Amino acid sequence: MNSIYFLVPLAGVLLVIAVAAFFWAVRAGQFDDLDTPGMRVLFDDDEPPSSRLPLDRSKE
Amino acid sequence: MSETCFHCSLPIPAGSRFGVTLDGVFRQMCCPGCVAVAEIILSTGLDQYYRYRNEPAPSLRDQTLPDAEELARYDRPALQKIFVRREGELRFITLAIDGLRCAACVWLIEQHLRRQNGVVDIAVSLTAQRAELTWNEAATRLSTVLGALARIGYRAYPYQPALQESARQAEHRDALKRLAVAGLGMMQVMMFAVGLYAGAIQGIADNYRDFFRWVSAIMCAPVVGYAALPFFSGAWRDLRRLRAGMDVPIALAIGGTYAASLAAAATRRGDVYFESIAMFVFLILLGRFLEMRGRHRAARSVEGALRSTPKWALRLDANGSQAVSVYELEIGDRVLVKPGESFPADGCVVDGSGWVNEAMLTGEQWPRAKGVGDPVVGGTQNGESPLTFVVERVGAETTLSSIVRLVDRAARERPAIAEVADRVARVFVPVVIVLAILVGAIWWQIDSSRALWVTLSVLVVSCPCALSLATPAALTTATGQLLRRGLLVTRAHVLEGLARATHVVLDKTGTLTAGRFQLQRVAPFGAASAADCLNLARQLESYSEHPIAKAFAGASGDPAANLSNVRAVVARGIEAKANGVVVRIGAAEWVADLWKPAPAMSFDSPAAGGSGVLLGSSSGPLCWFELNDAPRPQAARTLQRLRDLGLELHVVSGDDAVAVEKLARQLGIRHAVGRALPQDKLEYVRALQRDGAVVIMVGDGVNDSPGLGGAQVSLALGSGTDIAMTAADSVLMRDDLEVVAEAILTARRTRSIIVQNLAWAVAYNVVALPLAACGFVAPYWAAFGMSLSSLIVVTNALRLGRSRGDGSMQVSRPLWTAQRIEEGA
Repeated sequence: MNSIYFLVPLAGVLLVIAVAAFFWAVRAGQFDDLDTPGMRVLFDDDEPPSSRLPLDRSKE
Repeated sequence: MSETCFHCSLPIPAGSRFGVTLDGVFRQMCCPGCVAVAEIILSTGLDQYYRYRNEPAPSLRDQTLPDAEELARYDRPALQKIFVRREGELRFITLAIDGLRCAACVWLIEQHLRRQNGVVDIAVSLTAQRAELTWNEAATRLSTVLGALARIGYRAYPYQPALQESARQAEHRDALKRLAVAGLGMMQVMMFAVGLYAGAIQGIADNYRDFFRWVSAIMCAPVVGYAALPFFSGAWRDLRRLRAGMDVPIALAIGGTYAASLAAAATRRGDVYFESIAMFVFLILLGRFLEMRGRHRAARSVEGALRSTPKWALRLDANGSQAVSVYELEIGDRVLVKPGESFPADGCVVDGSGWVNEAMLTGEQWPRAKGVGDPVVGGTQNGESPLTFVVERVGAETTLSSIVRLVDRAARERPAIAEVADRVARVFVPVVIVLAILVGAIWWQIDSSRALWVTLSVLVVSCPCALSLATPAALTTATGQLLRRGLLVTRAHVLEGLARATHVVLDKTGTLTAGRFQLQRVAPFGAASAADCLNLARQLESYSEHPIAKAFAGASGDPAANLSNVRAVVARGIEAKANGVVVRIGAAEWVADLWKPAPAMSFDSPAAGGSGVLLGSSSGPLCWFELNDAPRPQAARTLQRLRDLGLELHVVSGDDAVAVEKLARQLGIRHAVGRALPQDKLEYVRALQRDGAVVIMVGDGVNDSPGLGGAQVSLALGSGTDIAMTAADSVLMRDDLEVVAEAILTARRTRSIIVQNLAWAVAYNVVALPLAACGFVAPYWAAFGMSLSSLIVVTNALRLGRSRGDGSMQVSRPLWTAQRIEEGA
């Protein structure tokens, strides 16, 4: 049981590291957009490159 | 079933036959603009957009695509120096994009732009309504990319990070960090709490118990000292101003429980409740975080709406013309204003003549004739011919600015709508604190060792979480629901005000009416047939650029006469020779000059309020055309619904009293006032308020803004002026008045949900408080009960988000997951 005197502080240190990492990620702007990335995974972007169309499709 | 446009979900005008075929089905659309966008989307193989989206596309009706010249301004090096970052051939810019509604917009823009030649990268953020664009200057230009974006219906502007935006970002990041600390702290402390509870049941060595307690205290310290800091500062602020806000009992409960638990850990006597504190802080922070996100989203949408008019002016100088920002204009500058553009400042016309629409400023539906020497007011809209004017007043000196100042003052003096929750909190919070102190004092007499814990239990049990969490949840859900229906709420008191409103004050031109002339009545004199007269009038008016001429536009039959010597007379009308006879159409007195002395005429002359034009020849009058600004199609139905909801309707307009009276009679509104100046509108609203009315003001023009600022609740039309939208606390995103009635219904539903929640909170307290006061509730039970209570009220609030079947403007829900499976693709 004495191992908890070592393990619990270790958990605390890991916690501090986790919080620091999260703070860094927030400061780096990784959480500024919470809406788009979650939806983006659902988009298909496996369009073949050959489907690139000429720029102007207006009908003039 | 599809009476709304497949592309933008606006109602389809009767007789419209626009549309495209998708998946073998003909999809009806409202206007050629939507068809053009849909065709581009389909032809580039991006038809999945229609499957991904869960919001309608931005409407293109009544919108013109930016012309090449306007876009070319964005290529000017002087402008690019400010916004564009460069790296070799590559250019980087942040764009603010209007009309971003849902994930499908993001997908469509990214896919469409990636296929453009020279676009290196594009990343769209739905939250910020922005895009990061990278392009290769050697292959394309910024204007080309913006043009491609405009063709699929999105306008983009170089983004200047506004002060509010960076403040919002800071607030968001701050809240996230606090939430993370509270969440992680809660998990850790809970873990040790399990150990402690297990130990309490089956026995634990004292040294381990104390160790767990101290570890819990340490892990809980950042939760109290960092995550819960906003509650302490809020409570301190409230206390200094001697009022009892929600933060006061929250701070007391957190601080008190932590201090007492710490004391218990140190003295090894009593219990510790660190896990209750952490959970409590986390739950309240979560509620506030959700509320903050809703608030930010609304604020960003408003900024998007306000951005839609780039403030440019075409300054003439020795070397020709140059597009400059309106802020660069100085007194004495010569500025060219093109047809349809707004005057950037006050001044005096020096070249050209034409019609200027001052309806935004005065509410008058008839455009004013302006020639050399006439004054023009900044913010008014030029008609159909280019005008050059010399700037006489800029910035704070202009008429527009003086109205803005009036708006500011009105908004400051606006009677506040106290929200239900606020009013309850003001009574509830002091009562709870007094009660807790009382209970503590009594227990001190009975059993001093338990006094502190019982007092804290009372505080925690009665913690106004139902107030502090569920009310924002209800408001946020309702705000989101309203946004989906087309009403953008920008200030918190709107829902409460809408629910309590007793009077609705509406503007006429541009609000009840569409602000466009329509032919109301054709009244021929004598032998002339109506059809022939109309035909001749159409022919004559086709030479005019006056806005009235548009009322005559349309399918004209066979040419009725050979016209020659056609002459347009400014501020009068059109004169021509038809089959050798001189004919005139226009202002009645001018036309009557043809056959002086005038025979008796039996029609409403414009002076009598009936607006119209006269057609006549040298032998006498031929026909009277009554023109009017017809009410919007849904106006009558909306007003009926508002009446059914028990609201009293008023019309206050800057337009001619007779015209206002007439429209009011037509729509069945009993109280109508014409010739109202901006100040008069504000005074009218104030007079109603003095009699105890809660006023909703609906308007679109600059002249409505003071009224909008002074009313308890104000709605501006999205098609209206920037100033009106800024002054109002909500914006109708679609030009659909019916949303007003919908919003009032939603607001009333929200209010009843909030009342239900408060009733629950009070009932819970009535049961739990005596138990806690008698010492039957341990603090962890109190915390558990509080959380359960919160959960119930939040769930109740979320019911508002469920759409009812009657939402006629509802758009198909995102069913695409199911559809994609069916496709098996």
